[in-house]
Formats: sequence, C-alpha cells, structure tokens
Amino acid sequence: MIEVRGVTKRYGATTVVDDVSLDVPDGGLVALIGPNGAGKSTLLSIMSRLLPADAGTVLVDGMDVTTTRSDVLARRLAILRQDAHVGSRLTVRDLVTFGRYPHSKGRYTVEDRAHVERALDFLDLQPFADRFLDELSGGQRQRAFVAMVLCQDTDHVLLDEPLNNLDLRHAVGMMRLLRRATDELGKTVVVVLHDINVASCWSDRIVAMKDGRVAHDGPPAEVVRPEVLSDVYDLDVAVHELDGQLIGTYYR
Amino acid sequence: MLVAAAWLLPALAVVSLFVGVADVRPVDLLRLDPDAWGLVAVSRGPRTAALLLAGASTAVVGTIMQMLARNRFAEPSTTGTVEFALLGLLVVTIAAPALPVAAKIVAATAFALAGTALFLAVLRRVPLRSPLVVPLVGIVLGGVVSAVATFIAYRTDLLQALGAWSTGDFSGVLAGRYETLWVAGALAVVAYVAADRFTVAGLGEAFTTNLGLDHRRTMVLGLVLVSVVSAVVVVTVGVVPFLGLVVPNVVSLLRGDDVRRTLPWVATLGAALVLACDLLGRLVRYPYEVPVGVVVGVVGSVLFLWLLLRRDTGAGRVG
Ligand SMILES: Nc1ncnc2c1ncn2[C@@H]1O[C@H](COP(=O)(O)OP(=O)(O)OP(=O)(O)O)[C@@H](O)[C@H]1O
Ligand SMILES: [Mg+2]
Repeated sequence: MIEVRGVTKRYGATTVVDDVSLDVPDGGLVALIGPNGAGKSTLLSIMSRLLPADAGTVLVDGMDVTTTRSDVLARRLAILRQDAHVGSRLTVRDLVTFGRYPHSKGRYTVEDRAHVERALDFLDLQPFADRFLDELSGGQRQRAFVAMVLCQDTDHVLLDEPLNNLDLRHAVGMMRLLRRATDELGKTVVVVLHDINVASCWSDRIVAMKDGRVAHDGPPAEVVRPEVLSDVYDLDVAVHELDGQLIGTYYR
Repeated sequence: MLVAAAWLLPALAVVSLFVGVADVRPVDLLRLDPDAWGLVAVSRGPRTAALLLAGASTAVVGTIMQMLARNRFAEPSTTGTVEFALLGLLVVTIAAPALPVAAKIVAATAFALAGTALFLAVLRRVPLRSPLVVPLVGIVLGGVVSAVATFIAYRTDLLQALGAWSTGDFSGVLAGRYETLWVAGALAVVAYVAADRFTVAGLGEAFTTNLGLDHRRTMVLGLVLVSVVSAVVVVTVGVVPFLGLVVPNVVSLLRGDDVRRTLPWVATLGAALVLACDLLGRLVRYPYEVPVGVVVGVVGSVLFLWLLLRRDTGAGRVG
C-alpha cells in the first residue's frame, strides 16, 4: 500500500503539486493521466523519494519514504523516470542485471540470473541482450529500462510514460505484461499514460491530474466520460463504446 | 589490443629492470652478482614497481572520475584535481619545508579533495549543453589554480620545483622514496571492490537512488579515491598527464562501461602504457632520460586525438 498524504511541491512561487492525497492499495494497475505540466512526474518522483516534497508524507507499506533506508525501499518499490537517459556503454543484459542490485549487492546468484533472463524474454530483448545501449533504437532502449525495473521484482512499480517510443505491438505487449504482473504476481503498478484509450482498456483505476491536483479518480467507466476528459484536457473528447471498451475520440 | 597489453606487461616490466645507464644483464642476475642485484633492489626494481603502481592507479581513478562526472573527458587533470594537489604541495612546502612526505601527501590530498568537490559543485550549476563543457569547466578551474600556484612559486623562488612536480619523472625513484605509491595501488583495489557502485553512479542520481544506493556516499567515496591517488602520485613522482583520460576511453570503446569488468583492463593498460613510455624516455636520448611525463604527454595526446576522431558522436555522457 502506498499512502500519499497532503503532498505539496513548489518551485519558487508556483505550486506544481498541490496538497495531493492518494491511496494506492496493493494489487491493481493505476493509470495516472493529465495534461503536460500537471505534476504527474513530480508526484511520482516524490512517491519514490527521488525528490523531496515541501509538505506532506508518502508511506510505502507504512514506511515514510524520506526516512526509511534507501536500500530497504529499493526492494519494495521501483521507479522508471520519464527522462531515463544513460550515457554509459552497458549491454542490455548488464543494465537489466543491475535491477538485481538491491537484492544481491553485486553477488548475483543463479536466481538473479533467472530473473534477468525472464525479464529479457518478457520484453522481447533476447536478440539485443548483448548489445550496448547506445546501439539500440529508442523503443528498444525504453524496453531495456523497463526490463531493469521489472527485474528489481518489487511489490510496487512506478513507471513514468513507459510507452514512450514504443510501436503499437510493443505498447500493447507492455500493457499486457503490466496486466500480468498485477493479476498473476499481485504487483501494484502505477503508470503515467498519455493515451487515454490505453488507460481505459488496461487499467483498474484512472487518476487524472490537473494543475497539481487530483481532478478525477475512479475506475475507467467513471473517468472515461466526455465531460470528465474535456475538463481534464480542455479539449472536446467524445466517448464511444466499441467492442465493450470505452474509446475516446479527439483526433479532429 | 587489451589482451596484447596484458601479455606485454610482464615483458615490459622485465625489460624495465635492465634498461638504464648502469649496465645490468640478465646473466648477471643469474650469476647472483651482488652489484647487479643491489642495483635492481635499490633502483630498477622500485622504479618498475613505481611505474606499475602509478600507471595502474592513475588510469583507475580516471575511470572513477568519468563515472562520477558522467563524462568521458573527466580525469584528474581535466577536473582541477591535479592542479589543486600541486598547489597544496607548494603551500605545504613553503609553510613547513621539513615535513615528511606523508604530511605533504595529506596536504596535497586536502587541496585535491576541495578542488574536486568544487569542480563537481560547479558542474551541478552549469547547464551542460555539450559534453565538452565538463572538461572545459575543469580546465578553466585548473588554469586559474595553476596561475595562482605559479605566482606563489615565482614569489618564493620555487618555480623550478613546481616545474619538476608538474612533469612526471621516475628517474629519481629509489627504494625508500616511492613506497607511498603502494597506497595508491591499495586504493585502486578498493575502487575495484566498490566497482558496482561506480557503474551505478554513472547511470545518474535517479537510477542510483532507485537501486537503493546512497548517491552522495558513492560520490564522496569516489572523490576520496580520486583525490588521494592523484595527490600520492603527484607528490611521489609528479604529474602523469592524459593517462586517466586515454586508457579508460580505449577500454570503454572495446569493453564498455561495466566498471567491475573493465577495471582490471584499465589497470593493466595504464601500467603497460606508462611502463612503455618510461622505457621510451630512457632509450630515446640514451644515456640521457626524457621524463615520462613528457613522453606520456606526446603519446597520450596522439592517442586522444585518435579517440576523438574515431568516436564521431556520443563521445560524452551528459545527463
Ligand atoms: N526543476 C524544476 N524547476 C521548476 N519547475 C519545474 C521543475 N520541474 C518541473 N517543473 C514544473 O512543474 C510542473 C509539473 O511538472 P511535471 O514534470 O510533474 O509534469 P508532468 O505532468 O509529468 O508533465 P508531462 O506530461 O509533460 O510529463 C511543470 O509546470 C514544470 O514546468
Ligand atoms: Mg512527466
């Protein structure tokens, strides 16, 4: 369980996260949506102790993220940032193996190796496993980062726009993987998405942020509605039911 | 190339025992000639050991610096570290000329630490539009410190000493005058033990924190390693330029940046390169010697240019 209690973050005079409270119970796939600058990444960074908040607390399984030992948290919660960028020449397998660091501190066991190979399999990375990161396409690299985070095998996984750079097939593959992680392995996944239809089709719950606040929060059936989405994005969005799924259209 | 260097290293080390003004031949050693053994024990052996230790540890801290700064052009002589160490050595020499070498090393280390910390602090504030900004910042910083040191040395009649410290030279290495370098060697081993931390630090602060490592502590550990090794080498044998830049980059190109895997190669290649350059310096103008600092400077800059031209893009890691 992740509990966000009255979290506020300011840069100078602007408040970018404004008194946000949010409970993320164990299990389930939560989509975080909202326009650019709504504060999604900031909130995720605060939840994962990458950024200090100006007010409020975040508890992960009851532990305050600002005071709990970082290596303890690293076995409970993993985060992939939106602007993940690595300049080091590491191979994909090396990078993914570092996902095991919180568990093994560099002394990798047979079990760790198995985790690594599984993550490589899941993300379709075996063909590139021994290539250097700077020799991959943007989408392949993005998958390598996600593989590393999944390899960390934490109960809570926070992913900031993991679908960046992914083609249709790999985007669907990624969502299917996250779905499996929640359904079969009982993980809690919070994922920032820009495609409301992906959020609608794959998540259990959608949290919509706007101007640093949680504007709407509920299952897709409640959030994927024209009036809600129009409010969040300041854009006319029509919602249709297609094959039992709620699909928003806004293309023109 | 790396494997070749690894094979070459023992050969170079053996050759190093027999090259110099005073003649020692392998047969003399086999015949247990006391003069020959004496020369090896007092001079040639220590010199060879000093070369190996200084070469390996300088190259190793180059790698560490590159991971900490997340930039391929960072090494102690492009981050102000060496210049600060020299300034520290100068200041302690003026203030307390009678102090033993160990105390001088402590002073040089303190300056090097402060300087490297200052460099990293400046880096955090400068917008990194290009990877080249990082070494530029360091070189500017180093330039200022160097100017200060030169001015002080000029006023205190120590220009010659400063010049000597600035040019690595192993010709004066004798038993009893190089042993501090073992500290540098030991710290290179410490760097290897902590190798994974530095690889992770090279991924950036967010990755480091996510993996449960304390980013600050890794930075401090790295800073201490880099500063102490630089200070020890500068005080004991003088500045060996470019080594920490060229060697890690060659290894990175061939083997990547997983520090655990690359560090042994970095150490090997660093030792081999310094040894080879020193031998060259001993032979070029025989019976006179060219200081190794000069030879490494020439060889290193050629290698460095080759690296720059070869790596068309992505030479740095800004981020
Ligand atoms: N270091 C910073 N200094 C000043 N303002 C910042 C800083 N980082 C973020 N901001 C501001 O905070 C606000 C929220 O940023 P955040 O990255 O959380 O948005 P986001 O919802 O993730 O947007 P996007 O969809 O574009 O990723 C933005 O208005 C941004 O300009
Ligand atoms: Mg964002």
